[in-house]
Amino acid sequence: MESQELISKEMADLHASRPGLSQPLLDFPPYRSSVLRHPTRDPRPADPEGAELVAPVFGHSDVDPLEADLTIQSGGEPIGERIVVSGRILDGAGRPVRGQLVEIWQANAAGRYVHQRDQHPAPLDPHFTGLGRCLTDDGGGYRFTTIKPGPYPWRNHRNAWRPAHIHFSLFGTDFTQRMITQMYFPGDPLVALDPILQSITGEDARARLVASYDHDLSEHEWVLGYRWDIVLTGSHATYVEPEDGDHD
Amino acid sequence: MTDLAPTPGQTIGPFFHHALPYDHDRELVPPCRADAVRLHGYVYDGAGSGIPDALLEIRHADPTGTVPTVEGSLRRQGGAFTGWGRSTTDRTGHYWFSTLEPGPTRDGGVACFAVTVFARGLLNRLFTRAYVPSDEAALAADPLLAGLPADERARLVAVREPDGGLRFDIHLQGERETVFLSFPRHRDRP
Ligand SMILES: [Fe+3]
Repeated sequence: MESQELISKEMADLHASRPGLSQPLLDFPPYRSSVLRHPTRDPRPADPEGAELVAPVFGHSDVDPLEADLTIQSGGEPIGERIVVSGRILDGAGRPVRGQLVEIWQANAAGRYVHQRDQHPAPLDPHFTGLGRCLTDDGGGYRFTTIKPGPYPWRNHRNAWRPAHIHFSLFGTDFTQRMITQMYFPGDPLVALDPILQSITGEDARARLVASYDHDLSEHEWVLGYRWDIVLTGSHATYVEPEDGDHD
Repeated sequence: MTDLAPTPGQTIGPFFHHALPYDHDRELVPPCRADAVRLHGYVYDGAGSGIPDALLEIRHADPTGTVPTVEGSLRRQGGAFTGWGRSTTDRTGHYWFSTLEPGPTRDGGVACFAVTVFARGLLNRLFTRAYVPSDEAALAADPLLAGLPADERARLVAVREPDGGLRFDIHLQGERETVFLSFPRHRDRP
């Protein structure tokens, strides 16, 4: 297996040759699994139409409010640092994405997923499944209570470790805004070494995937708070101002 | 209005199977329904191997060409047709949906499924379309298909199977690489 030094050199070369991009390079060989899984041709420009302009609709029949608390799902307190992760989901014009589905999944405090293919020799937590859902509120806000995930090793190269992260699945107001991403934690020394995060060559863009510690979200003797706002690509659909009384 | 800088995407990774799939996720209508149609196919990598850890989502109109905006996709039992579904691939790279055949969303248009592809090893989602097979003249008049060479056009049209199902394969890379799409608001600003 290659060394971190070699992978880091490859990443630096790609950052120099394709600087400042705000989305990941799909052809990013330091992430070895991408080699046979990236398209070689540029995507074709298309004008969205029909179903592409209409996001799927989710509602209270789909999501139980308790699904937003990952610390109460399995009949006991999970081990680890209890945290709140909260923020707003906006479209590219700054409009809140209301009533839309947010799904998250993550490793436990020891860096282990409840997944049969996760072979990391770290303990499973019988009280933590690491998955949550919620609907955004009228201001586009979301809020999860969970456990701070641990970093975990993977086989991309020798001594490869994923920085602690939470996977987020997001919908906008039209289907072209659909996206899946990962949220990272501030001050993590592993982010500079991680080929998945570093596939984004723009430093500002990478910084947008890192949450900030927010003391106002922390609660006395209970929980530490992280804020992470999400901006989806611009909506293509014509925006209709919500009518008065549409806010219940 | 000034645009805010978008949050970047990231790969779905290897460990989404305990989080994103759910009961009846790929059954927009029950497979036993008389008007159910199966949309299915394989997701391949650049070496021609099926990708066992991909996830597809489809969004499409009902047979009358109306795009549903009703809730209930996560709890389907007895609910309305929602026009959205999600399917993982199996060990061979195979995905399937049981759904209704969409109608065109405008007069003279060709019906299609909007498709989103996620996979481990794929650093951001991809968009494409699976067109319902139609007569050549109609396909040639579609704004996207009209601008594509014949072989690429053919790759965006699903194949009708003898049982009425639709087959649509996705090649992330290689000679038969699927035509993936970018929409105006996706393009990276310098
Ligand atoms: Fe992960």
